[in-house]
Amino acid sequence: MSSRPGLLDGIRAVAPLLIGVAPFGLILGVTAAGSAIGGQLGYATSLVIFAGAAQLATVQLIDAGSAAAVVIATALVINARHLMYSAALAPHFRDFPTGWRFGLPYLLTDQAFAVSISRYDAERSVEYKRWFYLGAAMSLFVTWQITTATGVLLGASVPASWSLDFAIPLVFLALLIPALRGRPAVVAAVVGGVVAVLAHNVSYNLGLMIGAVAGIIAGVVAERIRA
Amino acid sequence: MSNWAIVLVIGVGSYLTRLSFIGLLGTRAMPLWAQRPLKYVAPAVLAALVLPAVLLSDGQTDISPAGNPRFLAALLAGLVAWRLKNVAGVIVVGMSALWILQALA
Repeated sequence: MSSRPGLLDGIRAVAPLLIGVAPFGLILGVTAAGSAIGGQLGYATSLVIFAGAAQLATVQLIDAGSAAAVVIATALVINARHLMYSAALAPHFRDFPTGWRFGLPYLLTDQAFAVSISRYDAERSVEYKRWFYLGAAMSLFVTWQITTATGVLLGASVPASWSLDFAIPLVFLALLIPALRGRPAVVAAVVGGVVAVLAHNVSYNLGLMIGAVAGIIAGVVAERIRA
Repeated sequence: MSNWAIVLVIGVGSYLTRLSFIGLLGTRAMPLWAQRPLKYVAPAVLAALVLPAVLLSDGQTDISPAGNPRFLAALLAGLVAWRLKNVAGVIVVGMSALWILQALA
């Protein structure tokens, strides 16, 4: 069996990252259970969307009564980074069997991408590559399903006075700081954040989208100026 | 549009985004003009999610520990994020700071 080494290596590589993912999943579940989206659909986002930041934004925006188009557009902008991952993985996935090639992208996450792309080099076999990715991505998927479901079950018993909703910006903050690599990225973050604050009163809850787009443009401009 | 339909549309859109280049048989490389903005999606989106949540209190910008303890708590949590790069640690420090500030107020 040539599948075993790849699969086990994938699980081993992603294991340390699961420790960071678990509290994120719990909080998503707790938050969803206590907001307008409810526990059932809140958990369903883990199966259907399976992308933490987009799921949390979806929960928040639906809770704020946003228009459907705004919720959808915001979530898809957040997930646009997967285009970049897909482009980087494509040459490695090219020779996978069709079923794998269409199934594995469903499991694509920041973490699965990061550990896989750093392990993929010319010497690895196609067989090893696909089992490695499956091991890493599947571990993350299972952890996410268990922790978000647990969060939903706990949700109802968490009192509002605990202010657990504050954990949402904290999770995003924990993801933001490592993303601030290089000056253009810092510019993107500062502009994105400040514009989102200034635009928070804009109707349809478009503030997040406007801030995000302004930040992305600012990052590109900052890179141009420096180059 | 029902909330279920919204989630379904986001799910399908997210899958297609993930599949995109992999589905194209890996024969096409992503053009540079498209790669550039994507690099800034993460910092821009995350900051746009974080800043309003910690800076605004009842729709007003407020950074006083008494009026809006979330700002100071987030600042402390940000320091932890910067030094430790540990999601669980950031949550523990941020939540503890908020609870202490709320108890003091």
